Amino acid sequence: MAWGRTSMSDGDGRLEVRKTYKLYIGGSFPRSESGRSYEVRSADGERFLANAALASRKDARDAVVAARKAFPGWSSTTAYNRGQVLYRVAEMLEGRRSQFVHEVGAGEGLKRRDAEAAVDAAVDRWVWYAGWSDKVHQVQGSSNPVAGPYFDFSVPEPTGVVALVAPPASSLLGLVSLLAPVIVTGNTAVVLASETAPLPAITLAEVLATSDVPGGVANLLTGRPAEIAPWLASHMDVNAIDLTGIGDPELATELEMAAAANLKRVVRPPAGTGDQGTDWSGDPGLDRLRAFLETKTVWHPVGI
Amino acid sequence: MPTFDYAPAPESRSIVDIQPSYGLFIGGEMVDPIDGTRFKSVNPATEEVLSEVVAAGPQDVDRAVDAARAAYAGAWSRLSGRDRGKYLYRLARIVQERSRELAVLESIDNGKPIRESRDVDVPLVAAHFFYYAGWADKLGYAGFGPDPRPLGVAAQVIPWNFPLLMLAWKIAPALACGNTVVLKPAETTPLTALAFADICQQADLPPGVVNIITGAGDTGRTLVEHPGVDKVAFTGSTEVGRQIARSVAGTRKKVTLELGGKAANVVFDDAPLDQAIEGIVNGIFFNQGHVCCAGSRLLVQESVADELLAGLKRRLGTLRLGDPLDKNTDIGAINSAEQLDKIRMLSEVGETEGAERWSPPCELPERGFWFPPTVFTGVSQSHRIAREEIFGPVLSVLTFRTPTEAIEKANNTPYGLSAGVWTDKGSRILWMAQQLRAGVVWANTFNRFDPTSPFGGYKESGYGREGGRHGLGAYLDV
Amino acid sequence: MPQPQVSPGRTRRRPAAALASSLKPVTVTIPAGFADVTASNDTLRRFLHGLPGVDQVGAEARAAMLATRSIKTTAKAFALDLAIRMVDLTTLEGQDTPGKVRALCAKGRQPDPTDPSCPPVAAICVYGDLVPTAVEALAGSGIHIAAVATAFPSGRAPLDVKLADTKAAVAAGADEIDMVIDRGAFLAGRYLDVYDEIVATSEVLGGDAHLKVILETGELATYDNVRRASWLAMLAGGDFIKTSTGKVSPAATLPVALVMLEAARDFRNQTGRQVGVKAAGGIRTAKDAVRYLVVINEVAGDDWLSPDGFRFGASSLLNDLLMQRQKLATGHYAGPDYFTLD
Repeated sequence: MAWGRTSMSDGDGRLEVRKTYKLYIGGSFPRSESGRSYEVRSADGERFLANAALASRKDARDAVVAARKAFPGWSSTTAYNRGQVLYRVAEMLEGRRSQFVHEVGAGEGLKRRDAEAAVDAAVDRWVWYAGWSDKVHQVQGSSNPVAGPYFDFSVPEPTGVVALVAPPASSLLGLVSLLAPVIVTGNTAVVLASETAPLPAITLAEVLATSDVPGGVANLLTGRPAEIAPWLASHMDVNAIDLTGIGDPELATELEMAAAANLKRVVRPPAGTGDQGTDWSGDPGLDRLRAFLETKTVWHPVGI
Repeated sequence: MPTFDYAPAPESRSIVDIQPSYGLFIGGEMVDPIDGTRFKSVNPATEEVLSEVVAAGPQDVDRAVDAARAAYAGAWSRLSGRDRGKYLYRLARIVQERSRELAVLESIDNGKPIRESRDVDVPLVAAHFFYYAGWADKLGYAGFGPDPRPLGVAAQVIPWNFPLLMLAWKIAPALACGNTVVLKPAETTPLTALAFADICQQADLPPGVVNIITGAGDTGRTLVEHPGVDKVAFTGSTEVGRQIARSVAGTRKKVTLELGGKAANVVFDDAPLDQAIEGIVNGIFFNQGHVCCAGSRLLVQESVADELLAGLKRRLGTLRLGDPLDKNTDIGAINSAEQLDKIRMLSEVGETEGAERWSPPCELPERGFWFPPTVFTGVSQSHRIAREEIFGPVLSVLTFRTPTEAIEKANNTPYGLSAGVWTDKGSRILWMAQQLRAGVVWANTFNRFDPTSPFGGYKESGYGREGGRHGLGAYLDV
Repeated sequence: MPQPQVSPGRTRRRPAAALASSLKPVTVTIPAGFADVTASNDTLRRFLHGLPGVDQVGAEARAAMLATRSIKTTAKAFALDLAIRMVDLTTLEGQDTPGKVRALCAKGRQPDPTDPSCPPVAAICVYGDLVPTAVEALAGSGIHIAAVATAFPSGRAPLDVKLADTKAAVAAGADEIDMVIDRGAFLAGRYLDVYDEIVATSEVLGGDAHLKVILETGELATYDNVRRASWLAMLAGGDFIKTSTGKVSPAATLPVALVMLEAARDFRNQTGRQVGVKAAGGIRTAKDAVRYLVVINEVAGDDWLSPDGFRFGASSLLNDLLMQRQKLATGHYAGPDYFTLD
């Protein structure tokens, strides 16, 4: 199937208004402070798609500041409210389906039918996570029958600011699979999008910006993860890092060592062929929800 | 006359469109009854006739159960949990979109103040559907095994005190777990259930997944005793609950019951007094006292009883009783003439038994069913008004001296639905909670509900829980 | 010890040796039954800590429920006019000048030049050195002149400086003084010092001026502290308890006012003396002001529904009250161009 024009052009040669792709930090869409950009081409290299912003370490720094600022508010909203916001995101995702189908197809080199399947799976994945906001505590928390006159309970709490390296090959479904569990539990996120297929990430950012997600809760940066990830891995105000999108095992090791500086919680990339082999369509389970939750246990005496 | 007189602030009725008559919602459509009769539904605040609804007959019940069975065996059981969840999300969203209409309709049909239906009932309805929508595709994580199965067709009979909310409490978890339902709303409050039928159509819910049949006690009995249902869920009086428990004996039907209560609201001498007074008022006068978990027995520590009662009486003087559609009304109409008679009768009993009766000065409208907030002091455990559920705005006040005595008195009842504890001391809250034989304990608050929070009783207040992860258990084959 | 004489609103102070200033002995009365409470810091602390606690969630929920009251038509007209009459029109800026104060006084006398039926405000509130300008500008109007004093807003100065500040304002013609309590002393548990300072300040006023005691509830942080500070200020003879200086956020909130009105109500029930409540800072819209009136109405009652029972310390609130008032009269929404900025 010929992709040719974007889905917004019509047959009689009308010139389309092309979209600009910028970063998403603190609820706004700035260009990189470095002024840099890079060419995004279709998966087969044939076509120019867009110039995406090439994020710098300062952009990453600013994104962490925004994420930290947003954390107290976001983590203290009710679980119900977070679920409502995420469900609204799903509604907006659904509304932009054709735009996503185009971007995912062009960027990953997928036939239309496969691009549609990937986008539909991403929306459904988002809905699945939205429904966890007010249930993960019931599954991960407990009251503990300690051997003494105490009421003892354990509650899961979000860890804080989480840096995410998105899967390079699965530009929407993989991205959603990493981002949704982080923010539904009350964490805030700084995401390094796929370098070769960054456009769905920015369109996702537009969805977030129009869905009552407070600014700073999710920050999306396009560019070279290999360049930026070390700055996030060593950042002392980042609480956790998900290295899923790092395909180079040596780099992943270096990043994990850098993360040890403030004992970040680390999610390692999948073993073997990196995320190329990951099937993102399966049941995600609870691992990605658990990875960024701390457990707080409280004791209180029981007596008159 | 008070200096600051609130002018009438009526919510407009124009948003609702009540039809002159309704059929039954079976198999996705409104249909005429086969052998049902018709009766009138009345506005309890004005006694005006609102509409004519059907009292479904045995053949109507058959038809509804058959439709639910067909939907269960057919379209509904083929759907993934994810898709069931999506239907529930649609229902939740439409409830939000039509929230003002539903709130006004509820107040007109039930008599409760618009402020309550707008700020409490309808938002909770939407929240329940949202919460259970999210469980539909996660049942394997709910602690009932890796692949819990639904029961089949659920017969659900609900009361008149929170009509739409009780509907949500029943339908949302049932559908999330993969069941189909036949629901009978209370005879005095059918209208929001019938509006919900319309919402099911707007959501394109597969026909037969939800069936709504109106009627009174007979219809309910026929439904519950129908051999084609796999599950019975009932909220209502303990008396009827007992009958249902007997009728399902020896069958394979699973049953959950949420019945009456005579909750103790215990106030200690170190309670935050002003908030305790609010909690007492909220506990027994919210929803005109038509609440199964109402704090109908105030147990106040003797050393602080006089001060508390003085404050309580002063507070009752600021309660506003009147037109349920006035946004400033606190206390609405009693739901029916029958209920009003019962409340009056038991209040007279209270006086005869020797308790001292007090109400703030209260102008009751001429038409409609009304009862002023009433407090009985000098009540003891042996009085009928301390033992029997009045289900009206009547508070019985007893005293106690020590925490142990408070527990003894609080637990000295066949009921066990809820209880309240007011104290500044954390360990005492937890000790009381541990000792109280009640399914819901509210500490330094009262009458709080949330879809994530399991609700249900001990002893004769019923069994099974609604809400939370636990609430799924009622609708799974576990 | 000389027998205390009866004089409403005053409370006995401790022997002068404990205070830094020399003040003439005072005629005071202690509310019946409270004589021992102020005998020492320990007894005062035990009393204040023995007051019933305030559950934060419950208090805020009650305030939120009262905020849902729908006040329309005649009730709204009544409320707007009452709110205007309760405004202490305020300017407390380093950059205040006589010109600014004169303009404010003119506004206070005639808030809406297009509508003579609009009532004047209760008071103008300024820094003490601008009182003479206000006196001249308000002559014959009946509007009170309130001056902030006692090293407002921080209160961090020696007591004799704070009292001199107060004396000067009274001498210049202020008939209301808005003092600040020493929050540092309060939070450090030196309740009797806080009490003594309030008593000393009230003595400087003599019999004519009335004393508002600013608790600075935003710094007290908990409702329990607000209740305790309210009682302390009322026992010490304050005529009004006031939420805030307006220089610290959060300033007035509906739940804080609710707790203070409950305290004032309870104080009157136990002592017979009525103390007013002033909410200051952060009240910008007529809708907010009407909510406060609802809270007064349902928590404290009619007796507080007048400028002698309640005040709003505000500046921009007045124009919003006027806009709403105009909307009620004309039927359409008003715009800010039609109201004076002073």
